[in-house]
Amino acid sequence: MTKNLLVRHETILAALLAVALMVLTTQSSHFFTVENLLNQARLMAEMGIVGLGMTFIIVTGGIDLSVGSILGLVAIVLGVFWKNVGLPLPVAIVLAIVCGSLAGLFNGFIITRFKVPPLIATLATLALYRGLAEGISESRSVRGYPDWFYVLGQGDVWGIPTQLWVFMALAVVAIFILGVTPFGRTIYAIGSNAVAARFSGISVNRSLLAIYTASGFLASIAGVIFVSRVSTTRSDMGTGLELDVITAVVLGGTSIFGGRGTVVGTLLGLMLMQALKSGLLLAGVKGDGTIVAIGVVLIGTVIVSNLFRMNTDG
Amino acid sequence: MAAKKSSARFWSGFISAYGQELVVLGCIVVMFVVVGIYNPRFLNNTNLVTIFSGNAYIAVAAIGMSLVIITGNIDVSVGSLIGVLATVAGTLVVNGAPVWVSWLVPVIVGMAINTVLGLLVAYLRIPAIVASLGMLSILKGGLITATGGKWITGMPEGFFLAQQRWLGVPAPIWFMVVLTVLAAYWMRVFPAGRTFYAVGGNAEAARAAGIDPRRTCVFAFTLHGLFAGIAAVLFCTQLQVIQSTVPPNLELTVITASVIGGVSILGGTGTVIGSTLASILFGCLGSAMVFLNVSAYWLRAVLGLLILATVLADMARRSRYQSAATA
Repeated sequence: MTKNLLVRHETILAALLAVALMVLTTQSSHFFTVENLLNQARLMAEMGIVGLGMTFIIVTGGIDLSVGSILGLVAIVLGVFWKNVGLPLPVAIVLAIVCGSLAGLFNGFIITRFKVPPLIATLATLALYRGLAEGISESRSVRGYPDWFYVLGQGDVWGIPTQLWVFMALAVVAIFILGVTPFGRTIYAIGSNAVAARFSGISVNRSLLAIYTASGFLASIAGVIFVSRVSTTRSDMGTGLELDVITAVVLGGTSIFGGRGTVVGTLLGLMLMQALKSGLLLAGVKGDGTIVAIGVVLIGTVIVSNLFRMNTDG
Repeated sequence: MAAKKSSARFWSGFISAYGQELVVLGCIVVMFVVVGIYNPRFLNNTNLVTIFSGNAYIAVAAIGMSLVIITGNIDVSVGSLIGVLATVAGTLVVNGAPVWVSWLVPVIVGMAINTVLGLLVAYLRIPAIVASLGMLSILKGGLITATGGKWITGMPEGFFLAQQRWLGVPAPIWFMVVLTVLAAYWMRVFPAGRTFYAVGGNAEAARAAGIDPRRTCVFAFTLHGLFAGIAAVLFCTQLQVIQSTVPPNLELTVITASVIGGVSILGGTGTVIGSTLASILFGCLGSAMVFLNVSAYWLRAVLGLLILATVLADMARRSRYQSAATA
């Protein structure tokens, strides 16, 4: 039955996405063009990369509110290591990603070792990591990166934005891990019933540590791409990202209670959000009206999906 | 190993015996003493009164948030709601509505909006975090679309409730103290207040005891709207302008105040006295760091560490309860 349901939610979403694309295409001739779609994909990549890790976490019944702050922290660490410490940029990038992954590991450590609910643990580290970013940077921005670095965020490879390649590669890996591997199955088992999972011989804590670290790692990758895309480093980067990402994941059919959800659903949710943002903007709706639409769609989708579930239940 | 265990037990016993409220109160006292010795000007009356009245609206909003969290839900949209209600108040009074109407209407609108949110959560079975995420988008987007980001100015003199003083004490402090005491008393003594704890502790057991968990959930959200409305009025009458934005992450500040004050995110425990004390602690901390000559850039990092430490202390206390229950 659960399997049925998954198909259901993603079908609803795909249909919704198709309708949205069609309606938005009729609203503006600039919407359904290769140029605009690729541009939208470029803007979507960072949120998408973070969303992959978030999907795993929400499937286990957890949540990670600190991803936006990790992104900001990574951006600052990258800038400081390169500009102030004077390391070569590739080394700075690697160190920044290591820092971000450690931040994720720290989240996992608090959650597994001290049994702090993920919402609270990452609420605390949201403040902590953002605070570190502000403290280290003292609100100074770093600019003037070498040209080759901008290829990542502003350039193309074979006509497709560089970060879209990165995102697609990571998405394929995520789909594979969550959908096919034994590790992926343990993620669902933990989300359905953590106690039962532990009694089935799954090392719940180690799995959780791994996915919170992965979430930090993915937020770091997104942070590096972000810096490359906007050509500068500031400590407030990624503020509010966590809520956008969670919206996309939940829109994609992942249950906030855990145990249910797919990476494909998240990808559909992301595309629907980005299509609404871009399409409504081109159709003449002011930038903030699109946020309203996303809220309405989020609540609407969950209601519809709940209605279907009630039907199948009874 | 044994020594480590017994000292851990001592501390968790200490914390559980005196409660999270006393821990927060202790933090405030320690901070006053330390900062006061380092720089006596911190204890200056004007400074403290400014801190207290400037942060009172957060404490008032945290009362409502505590009610929602105690019943086992959460609301991440309260920051945007306060922004919307502040604009409602300002728009009304600038367009010639009597001052009392411009204070009352935001409170009613807040209750109405959050009642809808409560209905979505209780009757349409949307998880509170998802429903309030959606509400956050709707309110935030709607507000900026409606105002176009313009500031509201030119409010009449009588509008500035937060700048008034009654018996020499700023009005926001009156609101904070009176509302906290009333809410705490009501939740402790009255059956209607006790139902929040019952539903948050165990919804099934509450149902068996004749409480309708869904109605209680909606009621908690409605009251939360009431407090958010009052908080919005206190917020927007502080300054001579009303911007269409609120401090970033205001909702997380409010949630954090509730949780640090001892309201368990799992529902069923906590008091609004704790959340108000935590709001005061946060407010003072910013000022204290200025008086300690700590760089303002590090304020948030220290705040984050403090939250983390309090959460870990809370978990230690809770795990002792659990081991006592299973023993």
